[in-house]
Amino acid sequence: MQITVNINGASETRDVEPRRLLVDFIRSDAGLTGTHIGCDTSSCGACTVLLDGRPVKSCTVLAVQADGSEVKTVEGLAEGGELHPVQAAFKEHHGLQCGFCTPGMMLVGSALLEGNPDPTDEEVRWAISGNICRCTGYMNIVTAIQAAGGEGS
Amino acid sequence: MTTVHEPRTSPEVGGIGHSVRRKEDDRFIRGAGNYLDDLNLPGMLHMAILRSPVAHARINSIDSSAAMEIEGVLAVITGEALAAHGLAWMPTLSGDTQAVLATDKVRFQGQEVAVVIATHPYIAHDALSHIDVDYEELEAITSPQQSLATSTLIRDEKEGQTDNVAYTWEAGDQDSTDAAFAAAARVVSLDTHYPRSHPAPLETCGVVADVNSITGQATIYMTSQAPHAIRTVFALVAGLPEEKIRIVTQDIGGGFGNKVPVYPGYVVATAASLLIGKPVKWIESRTENLISTGFARDFHMHAELALDGDNRITAMRAGILSDQGAFFSDAQPTQFRAGLFHICTGSYDFPSAHVTAKGAYTNKAPGGVAYRCSFRVTEASYLIERLVDNAAHEVEMDPADFRALNFIKEDQFPYLSPTGFVYDSGNYHGAMDKAKEMIGYDGWRARQAEQNADPDATKLIGIGVASFTEVVGAGPSRQYDILGLKMFDSAELRIHPTGKAILKLGVQTQGQGHETTFAQIVAEELGIPYSDIKVMYGDTDNTPYGLGTYASRSTPVGGAATAVVSRKIRAKAQKLAAHLLEAAEEDLDWEPGKFTVKGTDQSVTIQEVAFAAYTNHPVGMEAGLEGVTYYDPPNMTYPFGTYIVVVEVDTGDGTWKVLEMVAVDDCGVRINPMIVDGQIAGGLTEGFAKANMQWITFDDDGNCIGSNFMDYLVPTAWETPRYQLGETVTPSPHHPIGAKGVGESATVGSPAAFTNAVIDALWSKGVSNIDMPVLPHRVWGALNGVEASP
Ligand code: FES
Ligand code: FES
Repeated sequence: MQITVNINGASETRDVEPRRLLVDFIRSDAGLTGTHIGCDTSSCGACTVLLDGRPVKSCTVLAVQADGSEVKTVEGLAEGGELHPVQAAFKEHHGLQCGFCTPGMMLVGSALLEGNPDPTDEEVRWAISGNICRCTGYMNIVTAIQAAGGEGS
Repeated sequence: MTTVHEPRTSPEVGGIGHSVRRKEDDRFIRGAGNYLDDLNLPGMLHMAILRSPVAHARINSIDSSAAMEIEGVLAVITGEALAAHGLAWMPTLSGDTQAVLATDKVRFQGQEVAVVIATHPYIAHDALSHIDVDYEELEAITSPQQSLATSTLIRDEKEGQTDNVAYTWEAGDQDSTDAAFAAAARVVSLDTHYPRSHPAPLETCGVVADVNSITGQATIYMTSQAPHAIRTVFALVAGLPEEKIRIVTQDIGGGFGNKVPVYPGYVVATAASLLIGKPVKWIESRTENLISTGFARDFHMHAELALDGDNRITAMRAGILSDQGAFFSDAQPTQFRAGLFHICTGSYDFPSAHVTAKGAYTNKAPGGVAYRCSFRVTEASYLIERLVDNAAHEVEMDPADFRALNFIKEDQFPYLSPTGFVYDSGNYHGAMDKAKEMIGYDGWRARQAEQNADPDATKLIGIGVASFTEVVGAGPSRQYDILGLKMFDSAELRIHPTGKAILKLGVQTQGQGHETTFAQIVAEELGIPYSDIKVMYGDTDNTPYGLGTYASRSTPVGGAATAVVSRKIRAKAQKLAAHLLEAAEEDLDWEPGKFTVKGTDQSVTIQEVAFAAYTNHPVGMEAGLEGVTYYDPPNMTYPFGTYIVVVEVDTGDGTWKVLEMVAVDDCGVRINPMIVDGQIAGGLTEGFAKANMQWITFDDDGNCIGSNFMDYLVPTAWETPRYQLGETVTPSPHHPIGAKGVGESATVGSPAAFTNAVIDALWSKGVSNIDMPVLPHRVWGALNGVEASP
């Protein structure tokens, strides 16, 4: 099937097998490897992207379902060379170690802040509870997302 | 986050004690990391592995003809094909053998049976279901107790193996221990199982093998915590010339011990690339990761403490039975068959101990990796900290007071332990006092007494203490080697003419922040800003030989090498400075970044000296400013700390939640306090995970329960407690910068604190032990006298 997906503002048109996962479309077809794969059961969130502004696990979406949609990946977070506040806050507050969960965490964080610029500790933890981090113990991730909210508001 | 030691350098230089932000983060936050699966080489093929669905079976036949007919499939490789090249079996890091692809039998569910090489990963996976294997099932041995009792031989292919015993080992002194027990006023005992767990880094394991059939050059990109050692193992296993093997690791998405061993997938992908002449990629799925690679723990432990009439410990006895799975593949030093488990006398001062250990083969995955742990220190720490807590309850003493009474005192260091370790330094009372103060210990005890006194209370407060001592930084070459390779580590430092530097390491980061902290060590020693120092690792062609990163050895060994090589360079820089300043070497004062002639304001900077090393060096001196150090540590380091956790247990449903937790760590001098705190918060969460939810178990047929993140529960942000972190600083006396290592302390120390807290809440109800994970049905079962199913 031929599909067209707008990824980070650029249009990608490809012929894909109906069973092709969106995460593979992003990583292999569009060559954007900042989106990661950490499980086979839709459990880890390493593959999180924004589909028409909403966080989705791209391992659980077929590429054909994204036909005509807008996808934002970690590569699209910074605008015009300016880091997104969430990106800057992750670095500032040591919100990452190995960096493998980080793209997903930052995208969920940015989507949360869109609707709620001043989330509580609980609200952040609930929002990122579909994303697993094995390194940080989450504390600094929560702090980073909250700090980024403070920055934007 | 306070720094106990005032930094000597400015924030711009960013030496020891500065929480400078991490250099590596700039690529990670932009999605520009280079993880293994991000690598795509021209013409690259993809490999998928067919795994055994059963735990124990004879293989009668394998028919791959249907798979071969699928368009895009280039090859199906079986054990028989590998055997023709002598590659069907490989050595493990514990000197045993392990099947690469099964030939005779499968010995655990998930064992590698055949692989498909195809043009696309989807095709490779499709083809697996077209391979027909005829299995003749055998009795599955799923516990070490069953293994030692049965006549079924698991390793029947292994010459000389007549039973299911993988190893036996002992430490300490039996006679003096027996004598102390005979004279004891009281004996306290505990039986507990430290359950099987899996490190489960978020990135799974994988490899891209690229063997050039014309030159014979093998470039192998892999997720390895120990690339140099792996290169040597590959040279020995595959008979490839070592200078033609290059292991490249790139960025690694977490390791925690999972990425130390050599896995069959690495070997087969390399063999396939060699046979086909194209690069071959293999990326493990999460299920493959959890069922086949690198499990940890699985120790069945029995231990006893002898006490005198004054509640002082006089001796300890410990016996463990470990479940090794089908192959004995613990990643551990050769001399120590049960790792460093004999550190189980912990933070306490008593003269006698005797430790015995036996490992049994079972029909489970092999592994025995040091999961955020220095070779079984985690099991040891858990055992002693659970045991002293029960002892305190039995003699009706406060668990913190009982510990303080029995601690090794500050003036007893260096301290020779009854099992032969020489603890380099410690201040256990200091860490305990600080933790008690931070959490408000007496206040919590008062609240507990009040709340738990109500006979109708359904929410009981428990306070858990753990005062761990670790042994990390393997290790001195007289005692520590893996497969004969001594456990030194290395650093190579080159200062460029403009004063910028490149540091190459034998250790290997997987997220710990080496690009920043190791640059900070150089910044401290030479005064070159940390931001001017590029840190390289993980490319065996371009870094000095080292044993890699696990068992908290990077800072103790690689960090020491970095400090020492910096000092070598400073010594040469001083000669150059003397030449530039026309003064005698001994007339120069050093402060980070600058030599000054004593009593004058005449000085040169390290950058000026570096320039002179290439442009104006004195006659008779070699040009350049560089060096390499292979550091052989004189002793291990011994980080310690006290963790206190307050929980509330719901007696109605058996759930428990953390109300407050304080962790006071003493890891010696902290290079980057922000990163140290990050390591501790991560480690505490791993400890909480094991106490609360995370384990791998098997049914009676050997089916792995816990083969994905829906069954193998790891904590999300929602369940994870918040922590308050504190520190004391007792520098290691033998380490060049006084550091001890910190990546694992919290994972080692915290599980016992959580379990102790739950037991503390329930002791008055007659509950003295619940094995981890302390699941609600187990708590409820213990309270209600019902034997809980696993
Ligand atoms: S890879 Fe998508 S949720 Fe784990
Ligand atoms: S930083 Fe490693 S998984 Fe989150």
